[in-house]
Amino acid sequence: MSDTTGSGPMLAADGRPLKESLGRALRRQKLRALALIAPLLFFVLLTFVIPIVSMLIRSVDNEIVENTLPGAVPALAAWDSATQDLPSEDVYQNMFFDLFNASEARRHTRLGSRLNYETTGLASLFRTSGRNMDSIGEVFQDAIEDVDPRFEDGAFWYAMMNGTGGDAMLEMRRARWENLMDQDMSADIGFMPSQAIIEILPTTAAAYTDWAIWTVIDDEDVVSEEDPWESVYAALAIDLRNPATGPALTAYQGPGADALQALAAADLPELTFTEAFLDLDEDWGDKEVWETIVVYSPNYTAGYFLNAVDAQLTSEGVSMRPDNQQLYIQLFIRTLQMSLIITGSCILLGYPIAWLLANLPMRTANVLMILVLLPFWTSLLVRTSAWKVLLQQQGVINEILVWLGFVDDANRLILMNNSTGTIIAMTHILLPFMILPLYSVMKTIPPTYLRAAKSLGATNWTAFWRVYFPQSVPGIGAGSILVFILAIGYYITPEIVGGTDGVFISNRIAYHISSSLNWGLAAALGTILLVLVMALYWCYDRIVGIDNVKLGG
Amino acid sequence: MLRHKREPILADTKQNDSFVEFERVQKSYDGETLVVKDLNLSMPKGEFLTMLGPSGSGKTTCLMMLAGFETATHGDIRLDGKSINDIPPHKRGIGMVFQNYALFPHMTIAENLAFPLEVRKMGKSEREEKVKRALDMVEMGAFGNRRPAQLSGGQQQRVALARALVFEPELVLMDEPLGALDKQLREKMQFEITDLAHNLGITTVYVTHDQTEALTMSDRVAVFDDGRIQQLAPPDELYEQPQNSFVAQFIGENNTLSGKVTKIDNAKNTCVVQLDSGEEIDAVPVNVNQVGERTTVSIRPERVETNKERLSEDAHTLKAEVLEFIYMGDIFRTRLRVAGSTEFVMKTRNAPDQPRLRPGEQIEIGWLPEDCRALDA
Amino acid sequence: MKFTKPILTTMALSLSATTSLADGHMASDMTLVSWGGAYQSSQINAYADPYVAMNPGVTITWDESSAEAVAKLRAMNEAGSITWDVVDVVAADALRLCDEGLAMEIDADEILAPAPDGTSASDDFGDLLVGDCFIPQIVYSTTFGYRTDMVPAGVEAPNDICDVFDLETYPGMRALEQRPINNVEWALLCDGVAKEDVYDVLATEEGQEQALAKLDTIRDSVIWWSAGADTPQLLADGEVFMGSTYNGRLFAAIEEQGQPIGMMWDAQVFDLDGWIIPEGLSDERLARAKDFIYFATDTQRLADQAKYISYGPARLSSAPLVGQHATLGIEMAQHMPTDPANAANTFLYNYEFWADYRDDIDAKFQAWLAQ
Repeated sequence: MSDTTGSGPMLAADGRPLKESLGRALRRQKLRALALIAPLLFFVLLTFVIPIVSMLIRSVDNEIVENTLPGAVPALAAWDSATQDLPSEDVYQNMFFDLFNASEARRHTRLGSRLNYETTGLASLFRTSGRNMDSIGEVFQDAIEDVDPRFEDGAFWYAMMNGTGGDAMLEMRRARWENLMDQDMSADIGFMPSQAIIEILPTTAAAYTDWAIWTVIDDEDVVSEEDPWESVYAALAIDLRNPATGPALTAYQGPGADALQALAAADLPELTFTEAFLDLDEDWGDKEVWETIVVYSPNYTAGYFLNAVDAQLTSEGVSMRPDNQQLYIQLFIRTLQMSLIITGSCILLGYPIAWLLANLPMRTANVLMILVLLPFWTSLLVRTSAWKVLLQQQGVINEILVWLGFVDDANRLILMNNSTGTIIAMTHILLPFMILPLYSVMKTIPPTYLRAAKSLGATNWTAFWRVYFPQSVPGIGAGSILVFILAIGYYITPEIVGGTDGVFISNRIAYHISSSLNWGLAAALGTILLVLVMALYWCYDRIVGIDNVKLGG
Repeated sequence: MLRHKREPILADTKQNDSFVEFERVQKSYDGETLVVKDLNLSMPKGEFLTMLGPSGSGKTTCLMMLAGFETATHGDIRLDGKSINDIPPHKRGIGMVFQNYALFPHMTIAENLAFPLEVRKMGKSEREEKVKRALDMVEMGAFGNRRPAQLSGGQQQRVALARALVFEPELVLMDEPLGALDKQLREKMQFEITDLAHNLGITTVYVTHDQTEALTMSDRVAVFDDGRIQQLAPPDELYEQPQNSFVAQFIGENNTLSGKVTKIDNAKNTCVVQLDSGEEIDAVPVNVNQVGERTTVSIRPERVETNKERLSEDAHTLKAEVLEFIYMGDIFRTRLRVAGSTEFVMKTRNAPDQPRLRPGEQIEIGWLPEDCRALDA
Repeated sequence: MKFTKPILTTMALSLSATTSLADGHMASDMTLVSWGGAYQSSQINAYADPYVAMNPGVTITWDESSAEAVAKLRAMNEAGSITWDVVDVVAADALRLCDEGLAMEIDADEILAPAPDGTSASDDFGDLLVGDCFIPQIVYSTTFGYRTDMVPAGVEAPNDICDVFDLETYPGMRALEQRPINNVEWALLCDGVAKEDVYDVLATEEGQEQALAKLDTIRDSVIWWSAGADTPQLLADGEVFMGSTYNGRLFAAIEEQGQPIGMMWDAQVFDLDGWIIPEGLSDERLARAKDFIYFATDTQRLADQAKYISYGPARLSSAPLVGQHATLGIEMAQHMPTDPANAANTFLYNYEFWADYRDDIDAKFQAWLAQ
């Protein structure tokens, strides 16, 4: 603000600039107002904003792959699925250590379940393979212990591996565990990898550090008193295969130097990890398995969203699913269609009732109002189940129709376990949400408008259609928005009376939440539904104008 | 100025040229009580008639029956000689202005005005022409594209008037149309409405509970109470010669004293009334027929005299004590204790010869016998 | 309790006054999760009441959430607060929970009682120890019931699984579960696939299509159910002629309610229900949970449950101990799915197969349903 050049700022009675005084006074007011709404704000944040944000995150979150396979995922970057048949030995080797650690932490099956959503069979592949990782390690362990039995001793290992200068390695391995376990693992473990060993035997040092961290923090044991995992022996064998290791060991003077030098000279198994994996399960030789891992290795994926619109993410890019697996777009369209039909029937049924309510004498209107509100006072489940009794083929409605002779006993109407059932039951359940806003808007339309129209020469119909109806549109708008948005997310009623062609997208969301546990897909479907509702709301605002929506006088 | 005594109920005898006619009309909503009791009314073409009365007196019901929104329980309503009892409102061709104007909020002013023409299937160009003319008539020509909510109360009032007139009805009904306006605007509109009605020569039935409005605007006023017309007369007659104590009380300010008739002089059309306090006064017998009957006498405050010279020699006078003297600019308003009543008001013109009374002062008051009317008890 | 009180009074007030100290460091409150209804009642009668009688001071709270147990346990795990101690789930869910790391791995011989004759628990339960976390309790089967009064005149009552697909001989509505599991196996069996080849065929695209095509032939006559109580109700109302459900539900409808319903045991699919212990319990609660499990899965207790519901005990050693129904007085053995007369042609739910193929085949199945 630069309007002070001439006369200077306006001053309040106490000599302060007026603006400042006003600001101070307003700030107090604002703070007080904020304090008043704080509980609500907090509540909304906690119960609304945070869950929605977490849903949005979950619909793209895919960290599990890299967190579980921190070695194999970077190694796979070098693999070109178009030209190469299978990934290199390096990838299988990394996969061994990743799976070994993951199966010790019982995280390999979780990854298997995640990847099984994309490629069938990966759940059991990871489950059975994870269980067998130690058998691969045992091959090397037995050979090494045959060369020198001292390698059976945990204390011997500890003396050899422990030292100074390995902080970087320790922290890196800790970080991997923390990513995998999603928990704090920073406690002191009483072990520090020796820098000398790291330089000569990097793989062994890493595997041993992994084991040490787990042993102390999860098993709550002491490093020097426990025998290392089979993976450490496998790592040692890998290090010894490196032609540079032998010469480096001859110069090594640290603890266990003689044992290591002897080991370098000995014959160790030639088993490659590629062989070991293929031996375990031939699916590890299936390109599709590796392609799936590559495609779903980024920390964030569009895969769930693609699934939610009947598409899929493969190594060739995005493509639509085969016809016999397409479901969701159809369900979204059906959900929208049926919600529209339900909204329409609510308008048709609710309008006359609301009109009666608004125009009957108070006493009669109150009785009618109770009838309208009655459904609100009954449990949703009870109401829906009651519809079941009414609608089924041997149910009340069919019995009456047959008794009256309208329907042949052999051809009873199928009123439920299809979309008819959903529409009937949901129209009934959502009707009050249409009637109440309509009623409150109609209540504010004075009867003189109709009289005025008639005095001006309009027939009853013209008076209603040209004068009364346009004024009740805001009520229809409010009721429709309420009913439509409630309907689009409905779940229980379609589940009970909807059969197969009367279910909504929310029923699939519920299925993925509670049965298939594919929460990512459920979150993606939910997000699409949310966006859809918001888009429709926006369109509504553009076309009708949200200012025209009235919930009451 | 004296007029002959009228029957208070059946008001008009000009049956032959009557345009609007109520004959023995009754209305009951609940089947137990009558809201309108035996209504008879006849008005000629071009007349501006006001139905005046307190709320619940039946005046609005009468209007609604005429408009067709209520049906008469009994009796006949005729328009231009034809019974309209069975004609639905939209076929009656009666223009109507409502209390809160009832302008359709979702239409523009022009659309509001075009509405009655549209439902009459009038062509577009003719419609526009008429709408423009009607708007110009009420000086609202520039507002055709506005919505009612964007107009002030007075402007809405004019639009409502224009809408009721645009399809050129011969009869216009107005239901307290000025009730929502402030005083100044109301007075202006009163003038405009009567002016318009007279210029266009339309017959108007106007309902109000505001007596000033009724007196200033109407050719004739029908005073309603208790479901009946208490008096139907031109404004001056209504004011100066109320036919009963209700009308006297309802129209203008009025002093009443109650007593008993002691003498009637039919030749001079005067009588003597002995008040309950024992004093005697002169009065015109209106609703009294024989000596000994109880009566309420009514005297307008401005007809009370303190100057004995203006009264006849033998006139009765009353002693009065000044209770309150209010200076109101053009007039003085004095509250007196007279014959036991403390609410007796006298209004005197602020003239040089007029004394300014003080509370406690004892004076003597009187009036011309014809200004004091002996009405029903 | 007797000596804990003086100890407590002398100890600092900050020590929480749990009675666990008195009971060898076991929590005194336990939340069991089950399915509600008759099944949960049978567990209360056979396990919980005797357990509480033996351990006064232990309070057992029941939560009827088994149907959503997997999702709820995952949510609890994410929230970092497990409120359940022992959870009753079907074997497939146990496998899933185990895969997700939400259920504790168990060593049967370490935490379960041996049979009275000394047979180890792992031998006594045998193959029924599915996965690494599951403690089997009962064998139930999913099989068909039919309205005896709706069998067309002059036709034998349905006794072959393929009668379900025979609309000509047995016209009328069928109730099938709204999921592919069991339905596709039955469809293949009745489409000429040999029993031992069913899963090999189902593992292929063509096999899946074949199964759905077979289901297509009766599709217009099917009401799809999702809750176990649906089929008995549909049968009782006469809405369907035949329908699949759990054998215990049919037993209740036939024997307890006297409905005109017949059992069709052919190609019944055995499934298992049992306990899991959630991962992440505190030591005290874990001790209590293990103590309860040890008791509730011993030979006698499993046999006792069969007094209240017609599900077979999961231990071999319990079978001879199965007696009469507690209130009806019927011999229960012949109503068990495992009874030789009933088990002439059976299927065992293939957990490994469905763990892999469930998502894939379910997607196809749902897409087929939605067509």
